[in-house]
Formats: sequence, C-alpha cells, structure tokens
Amino acid sequence: MSKIIASAAIRAANTLFNRAEEMLEKAIAEKGKEFVFEFPDTAFYLPQIYAMTAFPVKTLADMKVALEMAREMLHDEPEEKLWKPYLGEALDSGMATLFAEEIILALRYIDGLEPVTDPETGYVYNGFITDTIQRNLGIQLVDGRMPGFAAIIGAAPDDDTAEKIVRELQEKNILTFLSGMAKDKNGNVTNVTRQLLRKKVELGWDTYIVPLGPDTEHTLYALSWSIRASMIFGGNKPGDYKAHLKYTKDRVFAFAMVLGELNDIIWSTGAGAINMGYPAICDTDVPVIHPTGVCTYEEVETELDHNKIVQRAFEVRGLKVTVAKPPIPVSYGPAFEGERIRKEDMFIEFGGNRTPAFEWVRTKELEEIEDGKVTLVGADIEERFKAGGMMPLAIVIDVAGRKMQKDFEAIIERKLHHNINEAQGLWHMGQRDIVWMRISNQAYKDGITLEHIGVIHNTMTHNRFKEIVDKIQTTLYFDEKDVLELQDQARAVYKERDHRLAGLTDESVDTYYSCLLCQSFAPSHVCVISPERVGLCGAYNWLDTKAAFQIDPTGGNQPIKKGEVLDEKEGRWAGVDEYLKANSAGAIESLNLYTIMDNPMTSCGCFECIVAIIPEANGIMLVQRGHTGMTPVGMKFSTLAGTVGGGTQNPGFMGIGVNFITSKKFLFADGGIKRIVWMTKNLKERIAEDFKQRCEEEGVPDLLDKIADETIAEDSEKLMEYLTNAGHPALEMDPMF
Amino acid sequence: MSKVIKSAGESAEEIIEWGESRDIETCFERAEKLKQCPIGETGACCKVCHMGPCRLIGKNAEEEARGVCGATLPTVAARNMLRMIAAGTAAHSDHARDMAMTLLAVAEGEAKDFRITDVKKLYRVAGILEIEFEGRPVNDVAKDVATMFIEDFGRQKGEINYCKRAPKKTRERWEKWGITPRGIDREVVEALHRTNIGVDHEPDHLLTHGLKVALADGWGGCMISTDITDILFGTPKPIKAEASFGIFKEDEVNLIVHGHEPTLAEMIVDVSSEPELVEYSKSKGAKGINIGGMCCTANEVLMRHGIPTAGGFTNQELGIMTGLIDAMTVDVQCIMPAIAEVSKKFHTKVITTSEKAKMPGAVHVQYDEHRAKEVAREIIRMACDNYPNRTTEGSHISRKAPLIGGFSHEYIEYMQGGKWRASFRPLNDAIMAGRIRGVVGLAGCDNPRVASTGIHKFLAVELIKNDVLICSTGCGSAACATAGYLTPEMALEHAGPGLREVCEAIGIPPILHLGACVDNSRILTIVSAMAHEGGLSDEIGGMPAVGIAPEWMSEKAIAIGCYFAASGVPCIFGGESPVGASKEVTKIMTEVWMERYRGALHFEPDPEKMLALALDYIDKARENLKLRKYEPGKFGAERVLMDMAARREIEKTAAAHAGVGGINESGN
Repeated sequence: MSKIIASAAIRAANTLFNRAEEMLEKAIAEKGKEFVFEFPDTAFYLPQIYAMTAFPVKTLADMKVALEMAREMLHDEPEEKLWKPYLGEALDSGMATLFAEEIILALRYIDGLEPVTDPETGYVYNGFITDTIQRNLGIQLVDGRMPGFAAIIGAAPDDDTAEKIVRELQEKNILTFLSGMAKDKNGNVTNVTRQLLRKKVELGWDTYIVPLGPDTEHTLYALSWSIRASMIFGGNKPGDYKAHLKYTKDRVFAFAMVLGELNDIIWSTGAGAINMGYPAICDTDVPVIHPTGVCTYEEVETELDHNKIVQRAFEVRGLKVTVAKPPIPVSYGPAFEGERIRKEDMFIEFGGNRTPAFEWVRTKELEEIEDGKVTLVGADIEERFKAGGMMPLAIVIDVAGRKMQKDFEAIIERKLHHNINEAQGLWHMGQRDIVWMRISNQAYKDGITLEHIGVIHNTMTHNRFKEIVDKIQTTLYFDEKDVLELQDQARAVYKERDHRLAGLTDESVDTYYSCLLCQSFAPSHVCVISPERVGLCGAYNWLDTKAAFQIDPTGGNQPIKKGEVLDEKEGRWAGVDEYLKANSAGAIESLNLYTIMDNPMTSCGCFECIVAIIPEANGIMLVQRGHTGMTPVGMKFSTLAGTVGGGTQNPGFMGIGVNFITSKKFLFADGGIKRIVWMTKNLKERIAEDFKQRCEEEGVPDLLDKIADETIAEDSEKLMEYLTNAGHPALEMDPMF
Repeated sequence: MSKVIKSAGESAEEIIEWGESRDIETCFERAEKLKQCPIGETGACCKVCHMGPCRLIGKNAEEEARGVCGATLPTVAARNMLRMIAAGTAAHSDHARDMAMTLLAVAEGEAKDFRITDVKKLYRVAGILEIEFEGRPVNDVAKDVATMFIEDFGRQKGEINYCKRAPKKTRERWEKWGITPRGIDREVVEALHRTNIGVDHEPDHLLTHGLKVALADGWGGCMISTDITDILFGTPKPIKAEASFGIFKEDEVNLIVHGHEPTLAEMIVDVSSEPELVEYSKSKGAKGINIGGMCCTANEVLMRHGIPTAGGFTNQELGIMTGLIDAMTVDVQCIMPAIAEVSKKFHTKVITTSEKAKMPGAVHVQYDEHRAKEVAREIIRMACDNYPNRTTEGSHISRKAPLIGGFSHEYIEYMQGGKWRASFRPLNDAIMAGRIRGVVGLAGCDNPRVASTGIHKFLAVELIKNDVLICSTGCGSAACATAGYLTPEMALEHAGPGLREVCEAIGIPPILHLGACVDNSRILTIVSAMAHEGGLSDEIGGMPAVGIAPEWMSEKAIAIGCYFAASGVPCIFGGESPVGASKEVTKIMTEVWMERYRGALHFEPDPEKMLALALDYIDKARENLKLRKYEPGKFGAERVLMDMAARREIEKTAAAHAGVGGINESGN
C-alpha cells in the first residue's frame, strides 16, 4: 500500500538530507563559505531550487541556506498502526530529496566527480543538462518530434529487454534519460546504459537516449532540466512554484520507468517527480497509487510485461504519440535521425561528390500518377546494389493534388532529408543536387532494398502532406547518364524557384502566417512569419507556414490578413494586432515587425539567436544559442535568454532566426544591419556570403570587418574602443532611443 | 420485553445501567419519563405573547387553526423556527465575539498569557480581509483583523466580511433573494423583532430572514470563531488522541474541560505541565494531572493538543458517574444543569467559569482573559485539592478508543499535495472518477431520545461503506471517536473500495474530524474551495454533498442546518420535525429552498430513510453534474491522451511578466 511508499520516501529524504549536509560541511571546511559554484551553461543557478524558491544558489553558503529549506520538508515516518496522513508529507519529502540531490550533485561537480565516467565501460555520462540543449530542442518539443520524456531508472532483466524497451521509446519519439542501477535477472548489478552499450546502441542526444549517471540521484538532472521549461518557455517566474508544477504537470509529458527492484532513494526521488506530475511505472510487483489529482492519472503503476510497459506508461501519463512508419524492415522515427554511419559500417552510398545524385519533387496532373508506385530505372540494378560500394542516384518524385501548388514543391523536397534519415541504418545529408546518402551494413542485413527508398518517400510524403498530396509516385534512376540528364532539368527548376522566392517580399503578399506550435509550451507566444521574416526558431519560413495551413487548416499555422497599414516603417498592421490580441492569451496588444525598440516580437524560448541593444554603442549585438562566452552587454547567452523568452515583449531584446539577419527587413526601422556592432565569429561565418551582399546593397561593403566579435571584445569598453577605431557607422547614426 | 437501549455507546450504556441500579437519574431516564409535548415538538405552540400559549391543532389545523391574534399554523411554525435560528446564531456568535475581543486584547498587549501562535494563519486571514500584512508588526495586523471582525457584529449596512469567501454564484443567489447578512447582531435583533407579537406573519418572509440570520452565523460567527481560534492557538493538523471514559486516570488528578469556548481550556492545558502544579498534585497523593475534554471544548483541545475526550453531550453526567473526575470546568452551551445535581453523589467539583453562565450547586471561578493563567492554575489546584476526596464510588469504566483528529481546511488542502501543490484537485478528481461517491458532513448533537450516538454510528458505517467521505464535527465527532471509527484502519476495514483507495493513498481515516460544532464553518470553506477547484459544481449548491445531524437537539444545530441550506447544501436532521405541524413551512424549507438556494432542511426520524435520502441527493447531484454514475468498485478517470494539438489548447493561463532582470523590470 501507499504507506510503504510514503515511509520509504520520508526515510530516504532524511538520509539524503544528512548526506548533503555532511558533504556540504566538508566542502565548506575545505573551500570556505564563499566558494562560488555554477552548473555548466545555465542561467538558473541550482535550477530545481531556484525554480521552486527563487533563491539563487551561488556559493557554498547559499547551499547551506537552500539545505535549510529542505530541512523544513523532512518528516517522521508514519507509524505501523494508527498512522497519521502521509501523502503531503511524502511529497514534501520528495521535494526535499530533489533539493538535497541537487546540492549533492553540485558538490560532486566541485570535486570533479561529475559527469561520471563509468568505471566498467569508460563511458562518460551526460551529467548536468545545459540550458542550451533545451533551447536547441525547442522546436522538436512542440512539433511532435519529441512528444514526451522517459526517465528510466535501474536495469532491465537482460540486455535484449533493455534494447527492446529503448527502441520502442525511440520509435515513439520519446527522449529517454537513463540513471540508476539495479540487479538484472542474473543478480548482476548493472544499468540500462551498460546494457545498451553491450548491444552497441548509439547513445546521445541525437538518438534520443541520454545516460545521465549511474546513480538514482542523477535523475535529478532530468527533473531540474524539465522545470526550466516552465521558466524558459512558460514565462513563469522563479519561485512561482504553483505555476511551475502546473506547467510540468500539464505540458511536460514525462514519466519515470523503474526497472528492477526499488529502494528508498528511488521512491523518494519518485515522490519528487510526482510533485511535478510525473508518474512512475515499475516492472516489479510494488504497491500502486491510483487516485488521481496530483498526477493527471495514476501516481504509481506496475506493468510486469515488458512488451506492454511503454504503452502502459503512455496511458498513465496521458500521452498520445502518433507515428507514421513506412513498411520497411528497420525502425523508424526522429530518434534515429541522429545516427551516424561510419565508413566501416557503411554498405553503400550515393552522392556526396562520390557519384552524381540529386532529389527533385515535381507537380503533375492527377491522372499522370499511379499512387504509391516506385519505379527503379537502370541496368543490373539488383546486382550493383548487392555488391555495395556506391551508385549514382536520381530521386524524382511526382506529386499531384487538388490543393497542390508549385510553391510547395520545395517544401516537400526539404522533407526528403528527414524521410530517409529517420530510418534506422539510413543516413542522409544535404538536399537538391548536393545530397549524400548511406545505407548501413546492418540495414542491408535487415533487408533494406533500393525500392524501400521510394516506399519511404511515398509513405512519408503522404503522411506529412496529406491535405495537399493526393497522389505520389517515386522514380529512382541509377544509371549515370540518366541521372546527369535529369539533373540538368532539375537544376533549371531549382534556379527558377530561387528566383521566385527572392522576389517574395512582405509588400507582395496580403497574408502573413502565425506559428502557434510553441503554445503547447509557451502559451502566450505567437510568431508572426512574413516572407521576409523567418520564424525565430529558424525552422519555419513563410512558405512553410502557408503549406502547413493548407495541410492542416486548424493546425498551428494560421493566416493573418495584414489589413490596414498602421506604420509602414516599423511594420505594423491592423490585422496583425487584432490577431495577436485574440491569440496571445491577452498578453500582446500590438506588434512592430521591423523594430526592436517598440513592441517587438515576443519569443517562446527556442530562438536561434538573440539581438540585444548596446546603448553606449548606439547599436545592437547578436549572439547565437550555444555560445557560452561573455557578451558586451555583460550577460551570457543563457542569462540573456532568460530576459527574452516566455512570450513577453522586451524592447531592446529579441529572439530571431539566423536567416532574418540578412533580410532587408532586419531592424528596418532602426537602421538595419548598420546597427550591428558585435556578433559572434560563428555567426559571421555562417551568414558571411549573404551578409556581404546585403552590405553592398546598403552601401557599406566593409561593414563585416567593422563589426566586433568575441576575439576582439567581450566587454563594452573594448568594444567602444574598437568601434571608434574602425569608424563603425552606428556611431554616427540617429540615437536608438 | 427486551430492555430499551439508552446509549449505543457500550461504556455509556454500562454506566447508565450501573447508575440505574443505584437510583442515579440521568438525562436518559428523564427522556424516557418526560415525553415530548406533541404540540411544541412539531412547532404548533405559540407563546410569543401572554394571550397564549396558543395551540394550533385539530383537523385541518394548517388551514383553519388560529391563535388568539389570528396567527395561522404556518405563521406560528415559521416564527418558532426563526426564533430557534436566532438563538443558535446568538450562541455561536457570542462565542465568536469573545474570541474577537480576546484577539484584540492580545494584539493590544492586554492579555499577556496569550500570543499569536499561528502567524501564517493570521496572514492568510488578513489577506482575505485585504489587510496589509507584509512588513508590519504582527500585533498591528492582529489588531486590524480583530477590529474588522468586531465590526461584523455591529454593522448596520453592507455585508459581513467573510461573505466574499463564498463562490460567486452562491453569493448571487443570496443577493437575488436578499439574504446576504449585514451585521450579526442586527440580523438576530431583527429576527426577535419580527417574531414579536404582531409583526411579521408571512411564513416565507419569516423563513427568508431566518436564512439571513443563519448566514450571519455560518459565514460570520462560526467562521470568525474558527479562524481566530486557529490564529491564537494554532491551526490543527493531524494528531493522535483517545476517546471515551477510559481516558480518566485512576492515579492522577482528572480535570475535565467541558463546554465550548477554548480560551480557558487552552490555558489549563498550557499550565498543567508546570512543575509546581505537577508537584502540587503529587503533594495530594496523585501521580500527576490529567486533562480531559468533554463536548466541544474537548474538540478544541483535542484538535490542537491531542487532549483526550470523554465524549459528547450525553456523556457529561456519565463521566461524573465514573467517580474519577475530580473537577469539571464548564463555560457556555450544552451544559446540563443536571451535572451539579449528579456531582453531589460523587466527589466531583463542578466549576462554572463564564460570566454569562452560573449554575446552582456549582462553584464559580470567574474567568478573565487578563489573568487567564492565574485562573487556570487556581482551577487546577482546586482539582488537586479535591483528589483526596475521591472514593471508590463510581463505575470506573476504563474502555477507550484511539483516534486521529485535527483536520483543518488548511491541512486537508496540504494532505492532498504537500507544501508545494496543496489543492482540492485530488478530492474533486476522486469524486469525478467515482472513487468517492460524495461527501457528507456528519455533525450535530447526540441525543438521549434515541439510543444515543447510535444513529451517528449507523450512518457513519453505512456512508463509508457506500464510498461517501465523512467530515465530522462537534458531538458527531465524539460519537464516532468513542466508537473507535476515527482511525485510518477504519478505512481499510469498512470503507467501500473507492474511498478506501483514496484513504490509503493519503493515509487518512474515512471520517475526518474537523473540530467543534462551531468549526462547521470549515466545511463551508472546504466546499467553496472544491467549487473553485473546478470539475464539480461552480457554486456550493449542486455539489454531491449533504449535511446530516441525526441526533440534533440544540438550537445551534438548527442555525447550522439553515446556513448550510442557504449556502446550497441539503441537510437532513433526525427526529420529528419542529415545523412538522405545517405543510407549508415544511414545503418552504425543502422544495422552495432547494429551488432558490439549492439547499434544504429535512427532518427524518428513520435512520434508513436518512441514509437513502442522503445517497439520493448525492447521486442526483452526480447526475446533474454529468459525472460518471457511481458504481461500487468501478471507477477511474476518463483518460484523454494528449497529442500536440490538444496541448496547444490547454487553457491559456500564462500571463506576461517582465522577465528575469530584463530591461522592462528596470523601467527603461
């Protein structure tokens, strides 16, 4: 019964509290109270503690304060008979456990013990999860590619079962964290990480399998990461614990899967997770807690059958995952996108400057297409494929549909990369005539054929574009002559498309599109996407959203009639304002698309980079996600990001997609690219080509050289010195304020 | 002929028999001998003027009977009812007034023996009253709180402060029918005026004012008393205690605190462990001092300190008959004058303490909040002094039952989610899912006219068997406690499968002891919180919740029943109806009130029918709320699996904020 669970949680909270206290005393004795600590790349101090209490732990002395808060949550175990209620007490103990664990892990970082290197395998666990990873994953969290999170604690009865469960989670696009240890069926103490390593399963963020550490306590990394979503995307303030716990319960679809026997610390960490609305599903015969209300459904459930445990976990968390899987003999899903195929694992490859290869989507009439057909064209295809090595390849895809438009060809084409890459053992890179594709030895052994390439494209294109593609057929050409001949035709089409796209301006359309995908995480944020302003995550441009609306008229992308122009220079339209008022939960009244100074665009939290004003330089700076160094505004990216996300307008600060920098509308009302006084080297390199062209157009061909980067200045003083010497145009421009 | 069972409490029955064998008379025997006057019992007797008393009886009395002044039976019955409500309200509220005056005295530093024990609760209350509390001295806040509460008594216009704690829709009903109470005293005075000879004669008009008076009791007097008591002495949280006559100790000085007001009792409990007093008891040959409670004072000190209770109203004479009580202090309400009489046959000293209540045959020690501990010490010494007078005379019953009490609104909220996510969500969920069929407030007195405490016990067992969660108060709690029902084990052994799961998950007994009868106000705020939490009714009315007072006898119970009815809770009272003579009045209090306020006050003597009626109300409410039909053993939340699109539709609650150290925050 629940009392057993509560007792265990209450007991372990006391144990961990004492351990944390002991470790902390020792650390203070060695290093002194004022010793400063921060986890790598986070703006949220000790995030779990910070989110719950708003108390920023910066030093060992602060840890002592935080630990005292945990002490208040400790309780006595319920008695054998005539017990007092224990649920609230057990949940408090769970939270005390998370506080204690966070402090323990921080102290282990100080001692250089984190991230843990596995003594048995030499594998280096992930350790603390950075803010950057959360922002990187941003769009995947909301577009269905990463609908849920599993924290697997312990070990499966055997390696095969471990792989089976994790593969099933991968196929369902679930991001899986691994921690803890348990006995397998032979009584050996091990964990799922080691079991997967033995099965040679590729681990890491790219494959959705993230081993955090070998102790149960390492599960805290996943929890302290998930609660940051409430601050980053949810716009909830540190210390607003009710909002955080409601957010995690309603919007973060996480659950714990406990494999193997449970101990007090697992129960207690589990009680901490239950606070956040994350239930636990165990594969052993343990007590259950079924009444709902703390979690959405059950709090603790058992499922002894490993074939059913993933499905059961989904039901218990209330998680719906719809995956389309083409009929192919390998696993399929975004979790397999990140797999690499090294040369020695490769069976055959196409393109990549080794053979001619390209991909091309064409619009045809309905009657011209035999739906679902895959045609292979070439001599001795079968034998050549069996021999392995390399082959030329042209993939020509014909689509037809009543709602199909020429503009959508490029969008469908861009998805071909994902179509192939999501298949386990298939790897894809590039697009158009710069593609590179590999099939692994294992996939070949599993029965992948050339025809399957067509099957994948047919199935997935139907699936992704069901409202606009009524019929599809794929033709694969393998003879170099055919490939080169068709490539010329395709190149002509690519060129024509690019030309048309270049002519697409904000003025040339009467409808923009919204992107509300992130509202599942950032409820008040609305992206407004115009032809000249890409979504801040970089994933959606105007054409994408237009197509998405066609595909799903009630989906996350909705048309916005621009309506009357209210301010041409700043980019304000009556229709846009009206739309925002209605769709931002009342948070936003008005938007100016072309300025950072007055009602700028809000951000969900997964922006590619941040624009921030540097008042003394009369200009702005640009820093991309993942840059960990200091910037001239005196804040790192992670801290800056805290001021920008959560669906609020913050004049002077804005999240944008990288491609927007080279748009003619970039800060148009503020003076455009000439305002850029600092940007990271990484960004400079990424946008160099287009940026130079824009500089020409603006009549400042040498602008890029006048813009400082981190190698030149990381503080305001040095920056000003550089700008003055370089004669940066921003210094001469009208004041920004 | 088989013997008539007088009390359903095993120990009580033994003492009664023991007493009978020695010709010691108790309320049980008197109830047997003294039949109720059938005219007064049903509300047909009018004695508001000296042209009467008039008996409105006979064939077609409803239509034809008239008093000397011409008053009809419905008028008389309604008038009698209104007077009962007014008296009950006056009792609770005068108790509350004393609490408010004490709080003021404490805040002003005049009652040095008291302190603000629960500052958090003070702030919570201040928050509700919209009194600034951050950064202010605690006593200043307490003074403002006390002053605002005191204003509730004498207010002439406007509304009682706490009305705003009720759900909006409930308040709209009060507004619509004109029953939002203005000031507590004003409503009581008006009730007495209206029922004076020759004033208000329309039954519905009289009863509508009755509800206004009752609301002044529930959302005024009772709620004020509960909150101030929590502020002064601590908000209860679960605590272990014992109940029944076995709590008296053979070798210690037994001092019993009986009555309703907690202030003196708190002081007695506080000083009873002082070494000098313990020594004093030893100097008299005792091993120490044992404080026990009785009636609602017992509930107050049990909820906060785990002081054991000797039981409810009908146990007061029986307690003395154990021969073990050295002194019994009494203050106000439900004190039988018979205890002074019965105490003469034993050594027990009965001590009256309230300036409002004296009793022939008792010693009077005047309680004064300015020298509270001094008075408490004096009383304890008197009890010690009396210890050597104890003889072997007495029934010496030693049976007792353990219990878990201490369920305040605040703890009930906490127990459902801990410090961080305390809420009523799990309770609402459990009701929606059919794990819990509904909630019953099982309260009110125990009564020697039935097998005392028997109907409480019957209903308690049957209701939990039917997956109904019980909140108990007052002597209802004492009845369940002495029967051993207030234990978590009770859930495992007797609750239906759904309720058992909930009790197991939280670790609670299936019957939650909420405190004294004045603490029925906790039920009001709990049901309001349930309405606010969502998923059930958005007002108090329409909840699958019923109030039952199966053995009521006090006018206070009538006031309570009426404030529940006016707030939207149907109530079922035991015994013959005090308005039973009039069909019209009965109809107003059931059908008409149900229509207007979604509450009612029924009188039903048959325990089986009470149960059926309660379950019927609950099931109908479930049906109206479109909740899944209750089926024992079959429950579960409707599982909605969420895809991404569904998640985007989640209620858009996030409000804009300035960001962390963002430019907005610095005002640029």
